[in-house]
Amino acid sequence: MTALTLPRAAPRRHTVLPGFGLTMGFTLFYLSMVVLLPLVALIVRPWELGWDGFIKAVSEPAVYASLRLSFLTALIAAAVNAVFGLLLAWILVRYRFPGRRLLDAAIDLPFALPTAVAGIAFATLYSPRSGWLGQPLKETFDLIVAFTPSGIVIALVFIGLPFVVRSVQPVLEDLDRDQEDAAATLGARSWQTFLRVIMPALLPAWFTGFALAFARAVGEYGSVIFIAGNRPLYSEIAPLKIIQKLESYDYAGASAIGVTMLGASFLILLAINLAQRWVARR
Amino acid sequence: MKRFWIQLAAALAFVGSAAAAELLNVSYDPTRELYKQVNEAFAAKWKAETGEDLKINQSHGGSGKQARSVIDGLEADVLTLALAYDIDEVQQRTGYFPADWQSRLPENSSPYTSTIVFLVRKGNPWGIKDWGDLVKDGIQVITPNPKTSGGARWNFLAAWAWAKAQPGGSDETAKAFVTELFKHVPVLDTGARGSTTTFAQRGIGDVLLAWENEAHLALAELGPDEFEIVVPSLSILAEPPVTVVDQIADRHGTRAVAEAYLKFLYTPEAQEIIAKNFYRPRDQAALQRHAETFPPIPLVTIADFGGWAQAQQTYFADGGVFDQIYQPGQQ
Repeated sequence: MTALTLPRAAPRRHTVLPGFGLTMGFTLFYLSMVVLLPLVALIVRPWELGWDGFIKAVSEPAVYASLRLSFLTALIAAAVNAVFGLLLAWILVRYRFPGRRLLDAAIDLPFALPTAVAGIAFATLYSPRSGWLGQPLKETFDLIVAFTPSGIVIALVFIGLPFVVRSVQPVLEDLDRDQEDAAATLGARSWQTFLRVIMPALLPAWFTGFALAFARAVGEYGSVIFIAGNRPLYSEIAPLKIIQKLESYDYAGASAIGVTMLGASFLILLAINLAQRWVARR
Repeated sequence: MKRFWIQLAAALAFVGSAAAAELLNVSYDPTRELYKQVNEAFAAKWKAETGEDLKINQSHGGSGKQARSVIDGLEADVLTLALAYDIDEVQQRTGYFPADWQSRLPENSSPYTSTIVFLVRKGNPWGIKDWGDLVKDGIQVITPNPKTSGGARWNFLAAWAWAKAQPGGSDETAKAFVTELFKHVPVLDTGARGSTTTFAQRGIGDVLLAWENEAHLALAELGPDEFEIVVPSLSILAEPPVTVVDQIADRHGTRAVAEAYLKFLYTPEAQEIIAKNFYRPRDQAALQRHAETFPPIPLVTIADFGGWAQAQQTYFADGGVFDQIYQPGQQ
């Protein structure tokens, strides 16, 4: 994940930290212990099934449906967050109003709250029979949110919100207002200034925020299971399928789904990363 | 990795309280309150008999999850799980205790039993009396997912047994009934407690298929003016079993106290605690005293399904009956 935010390699010169050998060695050791080792343990597991068994495990209708649901809802939620996160960051940076600090602090709440608590709160709020929002929605628009895929998207929007805001915000703060003034002086309309001057500067951070929100959403379990309803083929997310496999002591089948999710996430993140580089270069 | 951390944690815990004997009872979700009371009573008795201080630690979670923790290295002295199947898995994967563990204590090593009943809203507005009423048009039924919840497997099998016991009943009619039943289920929680919350606090559904003890607990906690218990004409006998984990207890030097602890569960004193926590006691005297809570119900047993290993394989494994009743394209 860090690769997304790393600046281009700096030219070699003396730095404040001890030599390259030591720091690189530590980096590799640390990454191995924290990230690579657990991943290897995961990847090794499903091959007990053999290739055919692996394919069979992930192409079961219920498993396939859950994978599709997880990735689709995560993408939708990340897209929603990208739009509204950008808006929020803009408002927080560019305007001064009473309660701004409070609002700014509130953005991080989804990080701090145990996700299960969030899930329970959402399920209560959107319950079609008794929820403050769910009941009116059901009665006036015949719209059911809780226990449907829309409920999943809402939970994922919640947990992913801070990523976009917090990625975009610092860049926006550092943005030189002079450039905008210059653009205006040169006759640019405000939408032209936004699209041609501000957006190019924001894009890399914006992509990072989107990628982080997406990655977080794909693996989310705690908040989703409370609001999803968890009906097979309809609102069952892939992490829940993994839990189900584990509950029946099917370790290999569970890791097969895990590895599939890992691979797909990696490809999507790679694509986002490449897209980010492409726009940064232009 | 996991084992290492668990051992580290255990070692630290051990350093923290070296003086008293300790037992770890790894149990399933709804027994928290029950074992808290049992532990107090047993620790007092043990102190009186041997003079030794005893600290009993509890660990609770979904039954399958708990079994997996023990397989992965959680140092349980005794196991008190929801299904014999889960303890069998621990036995087969670790060999910590003999395969005939279930015959070591009376009554299939199950000091208490429970069964599946219906919880409905006050006044029973749909007039629900038996399993057949659950598939009436418009009724919503709440049950957890049998794939993740031990309790839900009992729900499923009880519904199956009822349908099969009807005139002209067969495996085919039972499957049709259960398929129809699950079409009435709007939410599948992962565990029994989750379903109780969905039904009782969130107001979803008209009937909750619940453990008898959970139903009584909901009634006691949330008020008898909110819900009623409906006892169906046929249900299933759930026997949550217990066992000492021999090799771990031997390593801890706790074999004797662990065995005494489980035997204690069968004493009149513990049976009374069990009944007060809404589990059906094995002791006839205790059962008599609480006859109002525990009406007699004709019960099938897991043996009628060929035992847990076979039931698991037939109904709940991948591609089993439960998977078959959810087919793509029908929602």
